[in-house]
Amino acid sequence: MSRLEILKTYKIYIGGKFPRTESGRFYTPKNGTTPLGNICLSSRKDFRNAVVAARGAFDGWSGATAYNRSQVLYRIAEMLEGRKAQFMDELMQQGSTKGAAEKEVHASIDRIIYYAGWCDKYTQLFSAVNPVATSHFNFTVPEPTGVVSVFAPEENSLIGLISTIIPVIASGNTCVVLASENKPLCAITFAEVINSSDVPGGVINILTGTRKELHSHMASHMDVNALFYTGNDKKEILEIKKLAVDNLKRVVVKDFVTIYSAEHDSPYYIEDFVEMKTTWHPIEKIGAAGSGY
Amino acid sequence: MTKKTIKINFDTGWDLAPAPESTSHIQLNEQYELFIGGKWVKPSSGKYFPTINPATEEKIAMVAEANEKDVDKAVKAARKAYTEVWSKMPASERAKYIYRIARLIQEKAREFAVIESMDGGKPIRESRDVDVPLAAAHFFYYAGWADKLDYAFPNRKPQSLGVAGQITPWNFPLLMAAWKIAPALATGNTVVLKPAETTSLTALKLAEIIQEAGLPDGVVNIITGAGETGAAIVNHNDIDKIAFTGSTGVGKIIQNAVAGTNKKVTLELGGKAANIIFEDAVLDQAVEGIINGIYFNQGHVCCAGSRLFVEESVYDIVLRKLKDRMESLIVGNPLDKNTDIGAINSKEQLTTINNYLKIGKSEGAEMYQSNCVVPKKGYWCKPTLFTNVSQSNRIVQEEIFGPVLAIQTFRTVAEVIEKANNTPFGLSAGVWTDKGSKLFNLSSQLKAGIIWGNTFNKFDPTSPFGGYKESGFGREGGLHGLKPYLKF
Repeated sequence: MSRLEILKTYKIYIGGKFPRTESGRFYTPKNGTTPLGNICLSSRKDFRNAVVAARGAFDGWSGATAYNRSQVLYRIAEMLEGRKAQFMDELMQQGSTKGAAEKEVHASIDRIIYYAGWCDKYTQLFSAVNPVATSHFNFTVPEPTGVVSVFAPEENSLIGLISTIIPVIASGNTCVVLASENKPLCAITFAEVINSSDVPGGVINILTGTRKELHSHMASHMDVNALFYTGNDKKEILEIKKLAVDNLKRVVVKDFVTIYSAEHDSPYYIEDFVEMKTTWHPIEKIGAAGSGY
Repeated sequence: MTKKTIKINFDTGWDLAPAPESTSHIQLNEQYELFIGGKWVKPSSGKYFPTINPATEEKIAMVAEANEKDVDKAVKAARKAYTEVWSKMPASERAKYIYRIARLIQEKAREFAVIESMDGGKPIRESRDVDVPLAAAHFFYYAGWADKLDYAFPNRKPQSLGVAGQITPWNFPLLMAAWKIAPALATGNTVVLKPAETTSLTALKLAEIIQEAGLPDGVVNIITGAGETGAAIVNHNDIDKIAFTGSTGVGKIIQNAVAGTNKKVTLELGGKAANIIFEDAVLDQAVEGIINGIYFNQGHVCCAGSRLFVEESVYDIVLRKLKDRMESLIVGNPLDKNTDIGAINSKEQLTTINNYLKIGKSEGAEMYQSNCVVPKKGYWCKPTLFTNVSQSNRIVQEEIFGPVLAIQTFRTVAEVIEKANNTPFGLSAGVWTDKGSKLFNLSSQLKAGIIWGNTFNKFDPTSPFGGYKESGFGREGGLHGLKPYLKF
């Protein structure tokens, strides 16, 4: 008698835990006619819970040393490397060929390594010491913007997810990401990778569901500081931009069609989600003209 | 136990004699037209509005009101100048034009300072020592960047955007025009600039300098008017970039208006800065910092230190020193070189401020004003502070844009960080302590774009300026101020 296979229950990922959606709803994306599974249809409440988790994780993650964040990102890549086969399986379930699946997994791992290396370097790239004309020491450094809503690309569901999440968290932001609607399997399995990679709970929160239902909440939530949208739905982009005005979220819109190209290995994606802070302090120049204060 | 009160007596029996700056050397027209395509042209509406000296309520000059048609004319002139001249010119030549502007401002510094104080009400000491020299320095700094952009952004092939529409506020009229125009020109863009309607004159004088400097026609266009003129700029289809400094409310309207376009936007908006005094600070310097933080330019400063947080252990002594120092502030004629606090910029703004004073009192806060005598004519507000305020009071949460300070106390570092960050704004903050490690702790945890440690309200062309959260986005000044005017 052949063994009965255990089917996986795909759940969402909030605050380092795997709850089901509070709404109790599901949807069933398909590859052709084959159902991929019963996937959580996340609600506005799930999103709000995820924002609370992301905000709660912000101080710890942004306050961690850059070296530490770098190692945590590297650890994600290590964990992913060990589970290549599982991700390839899921990509193939979602319709990829074996070759394409392998390429996507490899590229995803490499991209994480790439950004892991930036964690303790981008600051030097974007900082400045400013030669002001008064007796002050003055410098500018980037700081993470805060909590970021991320709309992961619909296609290339694994590398798309990686390419949007990793540069956002590299600087110390935390995020709530909506996975690919029709290809959500890898996103949830990736949550398992994160969960075993020393990434503090709440730094990355992953929801499954529909953009149609969630996009307006992701754009309007007053405790979200920035928004990373991928895609080219003009109507949705306009709506998101308008909703983001209320608390002046930083909105970044990219059409991730050339996801494998080297342009997606770039510190400028990190720069998109940082704020420049300039600090002044007097220099006491004994005997020199003019007071620094 | 009776509280010790050490009242400092500033009364020396000697009064400072008036020391007004002469207005004899300034040249002003009775009426100003629009500066479009290198020429002065009449507004198509034929309408003009007066610009008022807020210290005397007298009309200084009439200024043209630009409507949609005029905006279109200005944008066309800027576009033509961009495609035919400015974008083709070698960057090193562009730099030389900008250097010329800097030099001409320096040459005419006194005239600019006097007009700035007449038109806007700020003390001549500030317009002379801060606004005008910084404006010249800004042009000088950015001029040098024009032919060095590839070094600022290695391997990124920086390119200009095209036509920039720029809208400036009334608190630092010439300086804000410099902040806007200098980086735009250095990066190869052309400009349509609209100064605030209550303070158009120094921008118009700048237009004269631009003419004198021989800038190609249409590279800089300066048009005057109020909100509707600004809206016409924001909504014009052929503008590539909007740079706005002003209120958070208007900033949001602009952001909403451009949502469906490809216009790049920089917003420098409101603030409600925390100025934090620890018990280990050098208190006399800190008191100077508080005074400078909130009463500089009548408090018409987006980064003003309008929320004061004093460590409880030194609250009494700081408040005492602060009130004493307030008594020594001279409020009055902006053109007098001894004046510390000038006139409120407009009648409208005075109404806004007075309304907040009422709100503060009705919310249960205690108001204190210095005992100075203000002139009968003109718009004035005595330096004011509120004690007994709570975090939720409107005078603590909302930007007043006047010489009004709200004072709270704190006991722990964690508490003051929490309170300081508890605002939708995030433009600036001040920290006063003699302990370096504490200062760095605060400076890294305060969510604000500019942190002043043991100083306040310092500005420099090399130093990036701009906010977190609802104080806007993008930076002006420094290397970081180039990026908002470039694409890669």
